[in-house]
Amino acid sequence: MSGPSTYVPGNAFTRWLDARLPIIRLGYDSFVAYPTPRNLNYWWTFGAILSMMLVVQLITGIVLVMHYTPHVSLAFASVEHIMRDVNWGWLIRYMHANGASMFFIAVYVHMFRGMYYGSYKAPREILWILGVVIFLLMMATAFMGYVLPWGQMSFWGATVITSLFGAVPVIGDAIVTWLWGGFSVDNPTLNRFFSLHYLLPFVIVGVVILHVWALHVVGQNNPVGVEVKSEQDTVPFTPYATLKDALGAAVFLLFFSWFLFWVPNFMGHPDNYIEANPLSTPAHIVPEWYFLPFYAILRAIPDKLGGVIAMFGAIAVLFVVPWLDTSKVRSATYRPLYRQFFWILVVVAVLLGWLGSQPAEGSYVIWSQVLTGWYFFHFLVILPVLGKIEKPKAVPESINAAILAKSSTH
Amino acid sequence: MTTMDTAEPSRRDFLYLATGAVGAVGAAAAVWPFIDQMNPDASALALSSIEVDVSAVAPGQIVKVKWRGKPVFIRNRTDEEMAKLAKMDVKGLRDPQTDADRVKKGHENLLVVVGVCTHLGCIPLGHQGDYDGWFCPCHGSVYDASGRIHAGPAPANLPVPPYEFVSDKVVKIG
Repeated sequence: MSGPSTYVPGNAFTRWLDARLPIIRLGYDSFVAYPTPRNLNYWWTFGAILSMMLVVQLITGIVLVMHYTPHVSLAFASVEHIMRDVNWGWLIRYMHANGASMFFIAVYVHMFRGMYYGSYKAPREILWILGVVIFLLMMATAFMGYVLPWGQMSFWGATVITSLFGAVPVIGDAIVTWLWGGFSVDNPTLNRFFSLHYLLPFVIVGVVILHVWALHVVGQNNPVGVEVKSEQDTVPFTPYATLKDALGAAVFLLFFSWFLFWVPNFMGHPDNYIEANPLSTPAHIVPEWYFLPFYAILRAIPDKLGGVIAMFGAIAVLFVVPWLDTSKVRSATYRPLYRQFFWILVVVAVLLGWLGSQPAEGSYVIWSQVLTGWYFFHFLVILPVLGKIEKPKAVPESINAAILAKSSTH
Repeated sequence: MTTMDTAEPSRRDFLYLATGAVGAVGAAAAVWPFIDQMNPDASALALSSIEVDVSAVAPGQIVKVKWRGKPVFIRNRTDEEMAKLAKMDVKGLRDPQTDADRVKKGHENLLVVVGVCTHLGCIPLGHQGDYDGWFCPCHGSVYDASGRIHAGPAPANLPVPPYEFVSDKVVKIG
């Protein structure tokens, strides 16, 4: 992908295969010889961690489907059957449920890393946009997956989120009825969510392939944010990046295991162990933690349609970040002002998440409004203006020069 | 391949366009069944009316019945509640509607409303909130004993479903 292929088939069979389907060559060029910037830090291992989590979710999900029944009168019981009767069912289901949370932790780290180091800037706009598409697909998949156990939170979460589309003027109600396949969330809804929950992960796999392809066309960004200029700036993917990714993934698995084996219900809601009841809403319904910042934005606007627009807008604005940020300097290391605003945005996002988990009343609403305002202010005002007024620090000539300068000061 | 620049559209151009147009219509027609299959099916539509005996609903009581998968509240309002509603200023409401517009003549005490919050679809709790009507626990919408919205994010009153008295005791909803 960069430069001519250096793969040399080692024996008669691989030579024969290479002349017909150069699949080993593709793998070699992409994941062995592929040059990676030599200064990548551990924040860059989250791409590999995310790939690993996608595989974990696919394998555990396919296994769960072997024991799950998508019907309103059987779904809840079949999940309990998985937990109590199926060999290792408890383990596989907890892997899948906690795996979803781990997936989102990793994707948020991955996205904030991209923002800190300006990884979305030219020529990586398409790479970034594909990433946002994957994020959207992940949200849709996770939402539909959460409905499948058919507990109280499943049912009411599905009701509230699908009702959002009712805010669309004129055709809103028709859209909601169409999504439900009836006049409320019911068996047809559960069946279609099950079908789509099985489909979307494979769509994600497809977009991930495009994401990795785009990455390998433009090359990785790096903490210095200067493009690779010579061979001195890079090391081959294998063994350097492979092993670094493997260590990152192993540490991440330890973190995952702590939740999985010690507090498997920490990120869930007790109400979801009560079977769905269409005639009674739980006293306090909240979405899963990874949706909370967007949920806070939804509730901050005291108007149904306005809230829905703000919530979708909060994600839509990410698509145009490459054009909103006017600074020529990529890495926040050399942008003293941007670096501060970046960390403010991180705090704002975390606080919005906390506000989303609180009841929508009193000062919680006011703070949600202030922070929602700041969220949009960051993207729509700070990013474009900062690029014009900020005076960045001197950017090193090359990756190699940055490393040499660092080691000479020691 | 050579291309010919002719000022006049040729018969071949016309054929291309006509073929393309027919193809587009055909594709759209083929897509429609795949979209429409998601709409409520015949069995869901068949459940769209129920009959309820309302003579057993005591004054002050709210009965929940299931209609098209949703709860319907049937509330027999006490004379005290009726008096309070009569004194209320209707014009200042978000969704102004008199109580008389929301009930059947001759059965003014009996309120029949769909028990789904008009904000995001939760089930409001009866005899709660500032107006002793309903209160939605999800996002805090407050309704009065006529199911009219007074506070909170909900945009509209609890809707009155189509219903009629088939006899003095029995209501047909739907």
